[in-house]
Amino acid sequence: MTQRTRNWLLLAPAGTWFLVMLIIPLTVVLIFSFGERAPAGGVVPAFTLEQYANLPARWAAFKNTMTLAPIGTLSALVIAYPLAYFLAVKVDPKWRTILLVLVIVPFWTSILIRSYAWIFLLGGRGIPALLGWFGIEGVRLINTPFAVLVGIIYGYLPLMVFPIYVSLDKLDKKLLEASSDLGAKPWRTFLQITLPLSIPGIATGCMLVFILLMGEYLIPAMLGGGKVFFVGNALVDLFLQSRNWAYGSAVAVTLVVVMLVTVTIYMRLINRLGANRDDVSIM
Amino acid sequence: MTKDSDYISKKKFMEELGRYRKGSITRRHFLNVTGLGAATAVMGAAMPGLRPSPAFAGGNIGDRVVLATWPNYHDPSNFEAFTEATGAHVQVNVFGSNEEMLAKLQAGASGWDVYVPTNYTISTYVDEGLIEPLDTSKLSNYDASAFDARYAEAGSVDGTLYAVPKDWGSTGMAVNTAHNDGKPISSWKEFFDISRDKFSGRSMVHDYQLTTIGSALNYFGYSFNSVDEAELADAEKLLIDVKPHLFAITSDYQPSMRNGDAWLTICWSGDGKQLNTDIPEIHYVLGAEGGEIWSDYYAIPKGAPHSDAAYALINFLLDPTVNAKEVMAHGYPTADARTFALLPDELKNDPILFPAQELLSPLEFGAAATLTDPNRAELMARFKSA
Repeated sequence: MTQRTRNWLLLAPAGTWFLVMLIIPLTVVLIFSFGERAPAGGVVPAFTLEQYANLPARWAAFKNTMTLAPIGTLSALVIAYPLAYFLAVKVDPKWRTILLVLVIVPFWTSILIRSYAWIFLLGGRGIPALLGWFGIEGVRLINTPFAVLVGIIYGYLPLMVFPIYVSLDKLDKKLLEASSDLGAKPWRTFLQITLPLSIPGIATGCMLVFILLMGEYLIPAMLGGGKVFFVGNALVDLFLQSRNWAYGSAVAVTLVVVMLVTVTIYMRLINRLGANRDDVSIM
Repeated sequence: MTKDSDYISKKKFMEELGRYRKGSITRRHFLNVTGLGAATAVMGAAMPGLRPSPAFAGGNIGDRVVLATWPNYHDPSNFEAFTEATGAHVQVNVFGSNEEMLAKLQAGASGWDVYVPTNYTISTYVDEGLIEPLDTSKLSNYDASAFDARYAEAGSVDGTLYAVPKDWGSTGMAVNTAHNDGKPISSWKEFFDISRDKFSGRSMVHDYQLTTIGSALNYFGYSFNSVDEAELADAEKLLIDVKPHLFAITSDYQPSMRNGDAWLTICWSGDGKQLNTDIPEIHYVLGAEGGEIWSDYYAIPKGAPHSDAAYALINFLLDPTVNAKEVMAHGYPTADARTFALLPDELKNDPILFPAQELLSPLEFGAAATLTDPNRAELMARFKSA
C-alpha cells in the first residue's frame, strides 16, 4: 500500500461523514434558501432572492444573538480564567484531579434537566423569594435576558475552563521564577508571562463557547420564556411552526455566513496577537 | 400480584425474561410461564375496559405503538392496562402545536402510529396525503351515532372517515383571582388591558399563532379566524404593544400559574379544569367576544409502522369505560354520549367542562385556512422576535 493510498484510507471515515452529514445537507439548505414557501408549508423550488430580502424581519433575533453571545463568552472567560489559574498553578497537585472532575460533573446530567433546575432557582419561589427575606422585594429573574445569560455562563463554563487550564498547566514554571528573580512583581509577571502564554487557551475557549452560543436554542427557549429570541429559536419556529423552509434556510445560511466572517476576523486578530508575542519573545 | 412468587421464583422469572428478550421464546410462552398472562386474563375479565376486544384478540400486534399527542392529555394507567392486555408498550411523544405535528409529518418518517390532530388540520392532512382512511371494521368500539355531530364532523372529508373524536374543549383564559380582588375577568379586551396595567409581567400568551393571534383579533371584535390583512395588522400592533408586559410566550403555562409567577394566561379548558381543581382561586373563563371551540381526534398517519397496534390502541381508547377514565384525567369534555353517561355527576354538571350554551355560542371552530395562512404564521414569528 502506498503512502498516498494509506492517507486516503485514513481520511475516508471523516471525509465520508463530512460529505454526508455536512456538505450535502448544507447544499440542500442553500438550494432551499432560493425557493419559496409551499402553500401548506415546506418548500417549492424556485430561484428568487425574496427570502434574503426578507432577512430584516429577523433583525431582532440576530441582534440578540450577536449581543448575548459575545457577552456570554466574555463573562464565561472572566469567571473561568481565575478558576483555571487556581487549578493549574495554585492548587496542591494531589487535589487537582478531584477538582477537575468536579468541573466536569455537571456534564453528567443533561443540559435540559439542569436548565429546568434554573427555571426553579430563578423563578418566583427561588432566588427572588430568598432576596425577599432580606427585604429586597419584587426582583424578577426568570424569562429575562439576565436569566438567559446565567444559563449560558453556567452551561458553557467548563468549555472555557479546560482549554485555559491546559495552556496554564503546560506553562513552564521556571519562567515565573526567572521573572521574579529579575525583580518583577507578581502582577507584572502575570501580565507579561502568564497571560500572554495562556492566550492559545483563551482563544480556543472563547471560540468554542462563542460558536456554540451563536447556534444556541435551548437555554433562551427555557430561561427566556419565549421572549429572549436567538437565531436558533427563529430557525426552530420557521421550520416547525410557520413551516417556511425557504425563509428558514435563508436565515440559516445567513447565520453560517455571519459566523464564518466573525470567526475569520477573530482568528486574524488572534494570529496577530500571537505574532506580536513572538516579536516580544525574540527581543 | 403478590402471589406471583407461588408460580415462579424471581430468579426463574429473570431467566425467562432474558430468554424472551433474546427472542428464543414467544411472548405467549413468556406470559404463560411467568403467570403474567393469567394475571392479565383475570384482570381483563374483572375490568371491562381491559377485556380484549376483537381488534387485538386475534394475535400479536407487536411490542409497541407510538402515540403523538398533547401535554397532560391521557390517563397513564390506561396505557399500562393496554400494554398488559396486548403486550404493546405505548410510547408517547408530546407536542406543543398542530403546526409542529404537521411539520414533522411533512418532513417524512415520523414513526408515529397514532396522532391527535385538531379539527381544522384534518382536511390539510388529507390534501397533503399524510393521513390514512380509517377501517371501521377494526374499530368495534366506534359508534358514529354516539357522537355529537358538532364534534365529530371534521373527522370525515368528502364522505371518507379519517379520524374519530377524542374530546373537545374551548380556549379561554385562566386568571388567578387572588390578585384581582377575588374578581375574574371576562373578556379578551380586559385580558390585554389588564396585562399592560395591573398584571404587567404576570400574563402569558400561547406559543401558538392560532390562539394567540385569535385572542388578539377577538380584542377588536374581529373573527378568531380572520386572515384579513388590516385586521391582522391591528392584532400585531396590540401583541407587540403587550409583549414587554408579558411574563412568557409559552404553551406550557401550568407550572408558572401553579407556582404563582404568572397570574393570567390564555388557557385550554382542560388545563383550566386541572388548575381550578388544585387551586380554586384560579378561574377558567371564556372571553365574552368569543374565542375558540375545538375538537381533537384520533387518526393514523400514512405509513404508520405498527398499523395493527394503532387500530388496537384507538379502539381501546374509544371504549367508554377507558374513555371515562381519560376524561377524568385530562378534564376535557367528551363528545361520546356513552362515555358521558359513565361520568360522575359533578363532572357532568361542571361549568368548565360543559359551559352554558350562551357562553359557547360566540365561540368559533378554527378553520383550515387559519392554520396554514402564511401571514398569520409570519405575524407570530415577528411578534416573537420583536
